[in-house]
Amino acid sequence: MSLRARARLSNGVIYAILGVLSLVWVLPIAYLVILSFKVERGPTLDGYIMPKGYTLGNYIALFTETTSFNYPQWFMNTLLVAILSCVISTAFVLMVAYTLSRLRFAARRPIINVALILGMFPGFMSVIAIYHLLKLAGLDKTLAALVLVYSGGAGLGYYIVKGFFDTIPRALDEAALLDGATRWQTFYKLTLPMSTPIITYAVLTSFMGPWVDFILAGVIMKDNYQSYTIALGLFHMLDREHITTYYTSFCAGAVLVAIPIAVLFMFMQKNYVEGVTGGAVKG
Amino acid sequence: MAKNDNGNVGGQAVGAAAGQAPRGAPERPPAHGLSGVAEAARFGDIATRLSFVLMGFGCVARRQFIKGLLFFAVEIGYLFYLIGFGLQYLSRINTLGTKLFNEVWDEKDQIFINTPGDNSMQILLFGVLTIFVTVAFALVYFASLRAAYRAQLTAASGKRPATFLEDLTSLLDRNLHSTLLGLPAVGVIAFTVLPLVFMVLLAFTNFDRAHQPPGNLFTWVGLGNFQDIFWGNPQKSTTFFHILGWTLIWAVFATFLNYVFGMVIALMINKKGIRLKGLWRFCFVLSIAVPAFVTLLLMRQMLGAQGAINILLQNVLHITDAPVNFLTDPFLAKVTVIIVNLWIGIPYTILITSGILMNIPADLYEAARIDGAKPVRQFRSITLPYMLFVTTPYLITQFIGNINNFNAIFFLTEGGPNSLDYYQGGKTDLLVTWLYRLTVNFQDYNLASTIGILVFIVCGGVSLLTFNLTASSKKEETFS
Repeated sequence: MSLRARARLSNGVIYAILGVLSLVWVLPIAYLVILSFKVERGPTLDGYIMPKGYTLGNYIALFTETTSFNYPQWFMNTLLVAILSCVISTAFVLMVAYTLSRLRFAARRPIINVALILGMFPGFMSVIAIYHLLKLAGLDKTLAALVLVYSGGAGLGYYIVKGFFDTIPRALDEAALLDGATRWQTFYKLTLPMSTPIITYAVLTSFMGPWVDFILAGVIMKDNYQSYTIALGLFHMLDREHITTYYTSFCAGAVLVAIPIAVLFMFMQKNYVEGVTGGAVKG
Repeated sequence: MAKNDNGNVGGQAVGAAAGQAPRGAPERPPAHGLSGVAEAARFGDIATRLSFVLMGFGCVARRQFIKGLLFFAVEIGYLFYLIGFGLQYLSRINTLGTKLFNEVWDEKDQIFINTPGDNSMQILLFGVLTIFVTVAFALVYFASLRAAYRAQLTAASGKRPATFLEDLTSLLDRNLHSTLLGLPAVGVIAFTVLPLVFMVLLAFTNFDRAHQPPGNLFTWVGLGNFQDIFWGNPQKSTTFFHILGWTLIWAVFATFLNYVFGMVIALMINKKGIRLKGLWRFCFVLSIAVPAFVTLLLMRQMLGAQGAINILLQNVLHITDAPVNFLTDPFLAKVTVIIVNLWIGIPYTILITSGILMNIPADLYEAARIDGAKPVRQFRSITLPYMLFVTTPYLITQFIGNINNFNAIFFLTEGGPNSLDYYQGGKTDLLVTWLYRLTVNFQDYNLASTIGILVFIVCGGVSLLTFNLTASSKKEETFS
């Protein structure tokens, strides 16, 4: 067999494998979209796979039948919480990352070590205590509590942003300081404008958090349905007593959430990769 | 008026000390931390020493009025907090309460009279809160003493102590770290450290479903829970060791299968001569963009007895007669969650590795080809070492993440199928999902906290170990 024919054959095999695998990955998502247009509302299919009929009704119902499951309200709740917690967390993360990357002070090493240790406890171990503290402050079952919980501890997630700041040459800072800038000015007017990719990353990750979390939200909101976020609400559509009527609504609601998240994700893909590989990937 | 008086007193004190540093004191600003406080106690004058009782007195005496009054306000505020709220909880933290909720039948009025008992959880939580507030107060207190002594030294050297405005501007320059870390630190302490300390303490109590406040009290039991979990209680220790074993198996499989398969697919996409690279990558990455809880819940439905996959197998392909128990058979469920997790995880690996693969210097391959290296050899000697070098930290975080991978298990099987041999656990439960069950469904907080601490120890051990291994191997590597 000639070299060229062999290359052709191996490429053919690769195309076949990639084709099959792509189907495996795309089909469930396509199926979710199909189910969201299904006429029959229950989850069971009774011996057939494709729906018997298609309708836009599931989507319309999400926005019109709002007495027990108020999807538009949940959407606005999540949007509000996401925007507020995103602003606070991004500010926190940038502040901590800059301090630990650039400034030198006695407590720096201990702080880095403590942050490392805190990160190794399972996340929701502390949820119960947080709930009771919020209750003490009269904030349980409110959206404000969610904002606080999502953004309060955000400073611990400084690591990736610090990695980015570390790659900006320190000589720039020193030059600015020699020219009489204060350290605040080097942070605000020098480092931040040079860091748009990592700021985008920080903004988008913190914005996306509230759309997919339901553990914290569930513990804090309990039965306050009006203040549910999208993820929590959708999860409850699959409760045993609701699933037969709301399964297709769940699919429709999930598709609607997935669209903005997908767009945001495609947007920050490159920054995400740079973040987790510590800037090892350039280009 | 009072301010004026203070100012005069201070003025005299300054006048008396002007021009001479306290005898024997070091010729420098007060040291950091407690040694600075000790210096203030040894070498401070009257105004400085009065600050030990009246916080901020020394500052006010040196005409730093706003700073001094702020310190004083902190002292007053702390005392109010302690008397009005903190002390009643702090004083009972050693017993966690002794008075039980009581219901007494009153013959005369023919009613039950309820006397509220102690609430152990409130005592512990607010006691811990009070300890935190006290530590914070102590830090401010020490800072105020150093500030008083610093003001004394500055005045003694004939200079003017810093004005409030100067102090404020230093927060944007010399002390920028305090400004930038202040709020985030408060957030982390309030929403991470404080709750964590509370939960860690619960591991040393008997706060289980039989000791639920406000009706019941719970108290300290020392290391009893750890003893239970390791050998004291056969059912609990069986459950723990089985779940620990499965957690580690799961983490190994989930991490390395994802890594290997993801890298192979990325290599295929990136191979020279393969077209439509963007399309292939998009197909895989699309699944990341859909929130994991949505896809996982969909998968659970599809894998159920009447789900799409069983219908496909029975009615369309006629491979099986009865539904396959993908999620309810103990062994099959474990295989299924690992495979479904591959579906979730592989796209991430593809995303990350394809960027790195494109980054490997092409001349390395060129040189290898000229030397006659076959593709397999090229992969072993160039691609793999390079990849491992760049992605080791990623692998470690993935491994830790998988030990704590709540979503995959919770949404697919909720830890089930449940087992009677297990204490409130199921065959696919990880330590974290077991912890979740014990907290949310069964209120066995003490056991849950004990498990949380053990998870922490496992994660810490793994990262220490791998960190040391990779730190030594990195020196040998020549990439970078």
